[in-house]
Amino acid sequence: MHEVLGTTTDGDLVINVGPQHPATHGVLHLVITLHGETIRKVDPHLGYIHRSIEKMCESLTYRQFIYVTSRMDYLSAHINNHACALCVEKGLQVEVPARAQYIRVLMDELTRIASHELWWGAMAMDLGAFTPFFHAFRERENINDIMEETCGARLTMNYMVPGGVMADIHPNFQKRVKSFIQLFRSKFDEYNEMVTGNIIFQNRMKGVGYLSAEDAISYGCTGPTARGSGVSCDVRKIMPYELYNQVQFDEILETGGDSFARYMVRLREMNESINIIEQVIDNIPEGDYQAKTKAVLKLPKGEFYTRVETARGELGVYIVSEGGTTPYRIKFRSPGFSNLSALDHMARGSKIGDLVAMMGTLDLVIPDIDR
Amino acid sequence: MFLARYIKSIFQAVRSLWIGMRRTGYYFSHHKEIITQQYPDNRETLQLPERFKGEVVMPHNEQNEHRCTGCTACELACPNGTIKVITKFDITPEGKKKKAIDKLVYHLELCTMCNLCVVACPSDAIVMAQTFEHSVFDRNQLTKILNNPGSKIMEGVE
Repeated sequence: MHEVLGTTTDGDLVINVGPQHPATHGVLHLVITLHGETIRKVDPHLGYIHRSIEKMCESLTYRQFIYVTSRMDYLSAHINNHACALCVEKGLQVEVPARAQYIRVLMDELTRIASHELWWGAMAMDLGAFTPFFHAFRERENINDIMEETCGARLTMNYMVPGGVMADIHPNFQKRVKSFIQLFRSKFDEYNEMVTGNIIFQNRMKGVGYLSAEDAISYGCTGPTARGSGVSCDVRKIMPYELYNQVQFDEILETGGDSFARYMVRLREMNESINIIEQVIDNIPEGDYQAKTKAVLKLPKGEFYTRVETARGELGVYIVSEGGTTPYRIKFRSPGFSNLSALDHMARGSKIGDLVAMMGTLDLVIPDIDR
Repeated sequence: MFLARYIKSIFQAVRSLWIGMRRTGYYFSHHKEIITQQYPDNRETLQLPERFKGEVVMPHNEQNEHRCTGCTACELACPNGTIKVITKFDITPEGKKKKAIDKLVYHLELCTMCNLCVVACPSDAIVMAQTFEHSVFDRNQLTKILNNPGSKIMEGVE
């Protein structure tokens, strides 16, 4: 057990950030060893929001366990549901109708934009800029309205089911998404104007929290955190699922490796998601939105693994089935946990004031880390 | 060299501040772009989408009849044990015993609005309502009985 308060034998100060700290966005507990203002060590203590989701899933059927995964990474709830649905479909060997695939990709990309919007606002707020938060939420509200209209909920939608989606899209869906694209394009310059170009912001981000490509790989970082260091790891590109091998999009890479590079990756990813939505939104084919599946789903005996790209990185779902109606074991490989493990490496030797900037660009969602 | 950089940074800071404040000034003078909703005051005009998942309800027609057969498909589909179907046996006019629901108990405090029960229902007896203001002073009030007292099953629903 580590010491959580007081001084070490070298005279270094040990302080706690969290579990109740506004900049940790949840119940993350960081035990920091400080030498003056310089960080010697960051020791994340987890478990404050552990709900044993993996164990819970073992007692739920293959239709029921999907809703729990919305509560892991609640900002990309759709993509979590998508990963689970894909894994069950892989076991059942069900072909998903084309219409459902289009809807799924659209929802995933909308979720990704919504998640990055919230990250952008919250991170600017961590660094002391309060206005961007409201600007981000104004655009995010439009996505939430679209979700509310089609899925019936704003955050934990539970819209993906094994074999497709739960309901057809709302008649207004395409019209509203198109008007959102227009709105987003017109407001995106504001983001660069207010935050990216701001000299105070740049000084606080550039050169802070450097993570080399080798370290990003060795810590298992994925998503924008690794792509900011120049590691190509977009699951949508390297192992395309659903439609992603048919749409044209770029994998966003920055080679800076610092907080600013990670910031730019996420900002450019929002634009790229808009590009994907624009290609898909007019071409939704007619047909079923859900494949015919049995009332009681039984996966054959075996092990199944799928991976998707959430807004934070690679999410893996691993199901071990004994042939029954409930999984024998489920394991989630969450992106937040691996990304957090790089924080100690990044923060060593930097000032404590920069810790919030580093945590902000890692885009930590604590329920995703703990599950 | 240091002095030049110092003065340059001051100018850059002033420029950044000006750009940011210009944006703030724009919204200060353009009231129409503000989208704040005055929530409890706009309750009368508040429109929620028809698919919004607020709580599970059982619609009844004018003769106080519902469509629930008591098949417990919703109870089996629910991941949280939110729904409990309590059945009884009615005597039909022909003198046969027929299964019917006595009570459909719905625990709103356990419900996560996942919509699985509504999807599972074979006779469309339960739907999601758009109500969302669920806070009460006593937790017991969140346990609801969905079928009205004295209600019976609609003709022709098997």
